[in-house]
Amino acid sequence: MKYLAEYQDPDLARALIARIRATATRRWVLMEVCGGQTHTIVRQGIDELIGDRVEMIHGPGCPVCVTPLEQIDRALHVATRPEVIFTSFGDMLRVPGSHTDLFHVRAEGGDVRVVYSPLDAVDLARAHPNREVVFFAVGFETTAPANAMAVWRAHQLGLTNFSVLVSHVTVPPAMTAILDSPDNRVQGFLAAGHVCTVMGWEEYEPLAERYRVPIVVTGFEPVDILEGIAMAVAQLEQGRCEVENQYARSVRRDGNRAARELVARVFRIVDRQWRGVGTIPASGLGLRPAFAAFDAEAKFDLAGIRAEEPEACRAGDVLRGRLKPHECPAFGTECAPEHPLGAPMVSSEGACAAYYNYGRTRLPIANPT
Amino acid sequence: MTGAASLAGGPACPAPLSSTTRVLLGHGSGGKLSAGLLRDRFLPRFGNPTLAALGDAAVLENPGGRLVVSTDTFVVAPLEFPGGDIGALAVHGTLNDLAMMGAEPRWLTAGFVLEEGLPFDLLDRVLDTMARAAAAAGVPIVAGDTKVVERGKADGMFINTTGIGTQTDAFRPSPERTVVGDAILVSGAIGRHGMAVMAAREGLRFETTITSDTACLVPLVQVLQARLGNAVHCLRDATRGGVATVLNELAQAADVGMMLDEPALPVPGPVAAACAVLGLDPLYVANEGVLVATVAGDQADAALAALRSHDLGRDAVRIGSVIPEHRRLVQLRTAIGGRRIVDMLPGDQLPRIC
Repeated sequence: MKYLAEYQDPDLARALIARIRATATRRWVLMEVCGGQTHTIVRQGIDELIGDRVEMIHGPGCPVCVTPLEQIDRALHVATRPEVIFTSFGDMLRVPGSHTDLFHVRAEGGDVRVVYSPLDAVDLARAHPNREVVFFAVGFETTAPANAMAVWRAHQLGLTNFSVLVSHVTVPPAMTAILDSPDNRVQGFLAAGHVCTVMGWEEYEPLAERYRVPIVVTGFEPVDILEGIAMAVAQLEQGRCEVENQYARSVRRDGNRAARELVARVFRIVDRQWRGVGTIPASGLGLRPAFAAFDAEAKFDLAGIRAEEPEACRAGDVLRGRLKPHECPAFGTECAPEHPLGAPMVSSEGACAAYYNYGRTRLPIANPT
Repeated sequence: MTGAASLAGGPACPAPLSSTTRVLLGHGSGGKLSAGLLRDRFLPRFGNPTLAALGDAAVLENPGGRLVVSTDTFVVAPLEFPGGDIGALAVHGTLNDLAMMGAEPRWLTAGFVLEEGLPFDLLDRVLDTMARAAAAAGVPIVAGDTKVVERGKADGMFINTTGIGTQTDAFRPSPERTVVGDAILVSGAIGRHGMAVMAAREGLRFETTITSDTACLVPLVQVLQARLGNAVHCLRDATRGGVATVLNELAQAADVGMMLDEPALPVPGPVAAACAVLGLDPLYVANEGVLVATVAGDQADAALAALRSHDLGRDAVRIGSVIPEHRRLVQLRTAIGGRRIVDMLPGDQLPRIC
C-alpha cells in the first residue's frame, strides 16, 4: 500500500538502526510525544533494536490516557440520562471512571454509541430530534478540527439537541511542563506527526530554542520512528537544537491553515487538567462563548462532579516519563488491561497497555498468566 | 392469535392474511400461519425425508464410530454483508467446527428466532443460502424450529445450528497434540470477514472492496486428512478473536510457546488499509473460512502443498513455529526484527481516536 509499505520496509529499518547505533557516542534520552508512536515502538520492538545508547521515554500524547477522571465521571453521568444518546470514539468506552465505565452504563440501559466521526453524532442529532445527543470531544490538536467542524455544523443547522463534552488538550504546553520539571531527563523530542499535520511546527521553534532541545516532527510507521530517532540523535551529537521535519509527506511548516482557522473559530485556549499530571495553564481547548449552547458541561450541569484519582495508580509519573510502566508496583498485578487502575492501561496507545500487551517477555516481571 | 389478528387488519378478517410480505407474530403461534411458514418457505428449501416427516424429533440411523456434536448460535448485523449472509455463517460455522475435530459431518439441525416484521424476501434469501451451503456439503438439515418474537426483541433473526458428525482414530486433530517443533500454518488470507462486516455495519466512509471469506472448510480438511492423516496435530477455524486468539488458546491448551513471523502473515492490502485507518490489528479480526493448523515440522511442506492443491487453500502459508520457550505465550518476530507478545485481548478491539 502506497505511503505505508515503504515505511515498514525491513531493509530501510535495519539501515536506520545501524545508523543510530553508529552515531550515538553516548547515552541520549528522547521522548516520543504521541501514544501512537509509543504503540509502534513497543509493538515493533524498536526500543530493543536501537540499543542502550538511546533511551525512549514515553510521553503524554495518548488522548484517552490524559482525559481526567472527573471528565470521565461526567461522561458516565450524562450517559445514564434517559433522554441522552451518548456518542464517543470506541476506545473511550473501556476507560474506568471512579465507579464504572461506558460499557457498563450501556449494559445497564444507557444509550451509548461508538461513532467514527463527530459528524456522525451530528447526523444522529438530526435523526433524533427528541433526544439529546452528546459527543465526547477528547483528543489533541489532531481531533480538534473534526470536533470543531461538528459544532460548526450543528450551529449552522440550528440544532438545539446536540452538545459536546470537551476535554481537548494541546501538546506544546505539556512539553513545556516536562522541560520545566526539575527532574526532567528528556534531551530531545519526537513531535507527533498528526498533531503537526494540523498545527505545523512554528510553535515548536521557540521551545527548541529556549530549552536547547532538538525536536523532530515524526510519523508513526517503524521507518518514520527510526528516522526521527536518527535525526534527533544526529542533532544531539552535533550540538544542534532545531525543529526538523521527518514527516514531510504530511506536514508543512504552517500546518493545515483551513483546519487551524476552524479550530480557532470554535475553540479558545483554556487551562486544562491532565490525568495524573494536574492542571497545566493554557494547555487545552474549550468552546468559545459564541458556542456555549453546545457545551454539555453547562447544559447538563456537570461542573459539580469531582473525582480523586486512585493513589496506587502512578499514571502521572508514567505520563511525565519519570517511571517506566513496568516499574510501577501495580503493573501486571493490581493493574492490567482487564482491570485497569488508570487510563494508560486502557487505551491501546497507553504506555502501560503497550508494555503489558507487547513486551511482557522482555521485562523483569513475573508472567501474570 | 390476537396479535396476528389485529396486525392482519380488522374485525372482518378472523383468519390472518396469507399475502403478507413480512413475518408476523402469528407465524410463531403454532397455528395455520406457522404451518404455512414451514410449508411455503422452510420445507421446499431444506426438504429431505427425515425433515419432511415433521415428527417431534428426527430419527437417524446410527452410522457407527464416535459421534461428534457441535452447536453454535449466529447473530450478525447486518444480516447480509459483502460475500455472505447469516445463513452462510450458520451452516459453514457449524460444519467447520466439526471438521476441525476431524469429524465427517453427517447431519445439521437449525433453530430460528425471527423478529416480527422481518421481510420474507430477506428470510427467503437466507434460507436459500443455507440450503445451498448444506447441499454443497452433502449434509441434510434433519430437524428445525422457528420462534417469532416481538419487533425490537431480536436483530432481524438469530439462527442456531447443531451439527453431528463421526470421527475415527485415523484422523483425530486435537489442541493437546500440538508439540514443540510443529509448524503453524494458515489456509488463506486473514481478516476479511470481520472487516467486511464492520464496513457494512458501521457505514464506514471509505470505499472498500473487502468481502467475507465465509466458506465450508470440510473439503479442505478432507485433503489434509487424505495426505497427512495424524501428522496434522490440531486444526482450528480462526473465527471470533481471529488467528491471535485461536493461537493463544492453543498455546495454553498444549502448554507450548509459539513464535510467529510477521512478514509471513497473509493480510490482504485492503484489510491492512482498513485496519490501519481504524487502529485495529488484523490478527484479532474474525475469519469464517480460514483454518489454522499445527502439523509435524517435517510435514510442513507436504501440508502446505496439500492445502494449496485446493481452491480454499491456495494462499496457505506457514506463519510460525511451536517453540519450548515462554510456554503458554504467543510471540511475534516483527518485520524489522523486533519481538513482541501477541496476547489475548480483554474484550473486543476498539477503534481508536486518532
